[in-house]
Amino acid sequence: MMTNPTGRLTQGQFSFLPDLTDDEILKQIEYGLKKGYAWSVEYTDDPHPRNTYWDMYGHPMFDLADAAGVLMELRGCRQAFPQHYIRLLAFDSSRGVESVAMSFIVNRPAREPGFYLERTELDGRNLRYTTRSYAADRPEGERYGDGA
Amino acid sequence: MSSSLYRIPGGTAGLVAAGAQMAQAAHEAHPPADAIAAPPRTVAEVLAQSQVEAVLDELDRDLIGLAPVKARIRDIAALLVIDRLRSAHGLAAQNPSLHMCFTGNPGTGKTTVALRMAEILHRLGYIRKGHLVAVTRDDLVGQYIGHTAPKTKEILKKAMGGVLFIDEAYYLYRPENERDYGQEAIEILLQVMENQRDDLVVILAGYKDRMDTFFQSNPGLSSRIAHHLDFPDYQVDELLHIGDRMLAQQHYRFGPGARDAFNDYLQRRLQQPHFANARSVRNALDRARLRQASRLFQDRHRELGADDLSTIDAADIRASRLFAGDTAPQAA
Repeated sequence: MMTNPTGRLTQGQFSFLPDLTDDEILKQIEYGLKKGYAWSVEYTDDPHPRNTYWDMYGHPMFDLADAAGVLMELRGCRQAFPQHYIRLLAFDSSRGVESVAMSFIVNRPAREPGFYLERTELDGRNLRYTTRSYAADRPEGERYGDGA
Repeated sequence: MSSSLYRIPGGTAGLVAAGAQMAQAAHEAHPPADAIAAPPRTVAEVLAQSQVEAVLDELDRDLIGLAPVKARIRDIAALLVIDRLRSAHGLAAQNPSLHMCFTGNPGTGKTTVALRMAEILHRLGYIRKGHLVAVTRDDLVGQYIGHTAPKTKEILKKAMGGVLFIDEAYYLYRPENERDYGQEAIEILLQVMENQRDDLVVILAGYKDRMDTFFQSNPGLSSRIAHHLDFPDYQVDELLHIGDRMLAQQHYRFGPGARDAFNDYLQRRLQQPHFANARSVRNALDRARLRQASRLFQDRHRELGADDLSTIDAADIRASRLFAGDTAPQAA
């Protein structure tokens, strides 16, 4: 039995849906901007669920009026890292919140081998579980094929 | 769930088809917004929908003089309106290039017109947000290697959906320093001006002669700007009108003879160097207000009514150093 039939990484919003088109991404960005969020673009090729902080592409974008600016940055990131995971983050800076309000994946590598659940037997009948990405065996930049 | 929106690897293709059907049904239930609002058929309808007429009238009313500029803005607005009508008939035309260059002497209203332009383009639906981001060289060009590109891009991102107004744009290019980072900013600017025409309108502004040399050394930039608007200097009577308008805005008015005195002042000021049109008018009036204040200050025990407090006398204006050589009795 397959536990993840699509073999796709499911983190953040919309990750069980088909990939968002650029038009759909634009609408999400526009929604965030209306709420006053600051968008930023992040990428990684180590999508382990505990790897919370991905690398930032450029600066966080404050004081934007229109979604086209964020999409421009995203296109730049896709060009630089076509085979990486890329996500958009919306930061809500309002007092008392001050944390990420939206986050969704906008770029995936062509092949996503997924994760291996490693069971280590300990004393007695105890088990220790470790999640390992199949792709992360290889060095950074070579994990998901060519193109960085 | 019977119809999954994604395909299970190795599963049947039928599931995908089911998903597509659902999408089809959803599409029929919600026709696109364009189909609901009937496309405009006449110029009047476009104008009514976009309320651009109001902005144009405001432009005519609020800005004195500038006849060639106003005519050109009307032309641009007319083209945009006709394009809207054409698109309703399916006559696709490429979105016109709307990048502009405003040349003119200081104080001729370039920034003010740029603000209005942003509003007109927004009402006609050619820019999505209608805000104006005004920058100079310092906002675009960095101080060390690798600083310029992120800086320029950040400004461009902020201006997306609106108008980017680059004041004194010729400072971007410094031929005397071949390692100047301005060239890098120009290249990024060019790229975005060409590729994201729908997202951003760039307006360059500056003095006529210096802009001309700037364009000569950057032919790529010049050819990407469709509209070159030249702002003429104001005539004396126009400057007087502008003065009236400025005083009225601040709840002042000319006392008896003061308007003639101001006319004299402008005649003389025009002969002097560094005349900055409307800006000089504002400065002169600010100085007149100072003199009026100290004149009223002298009479400690006089009761001052609203009339006294809001009247600029002829003497307040004739006290200017431009009248210093005069021995005319009224200057006292």
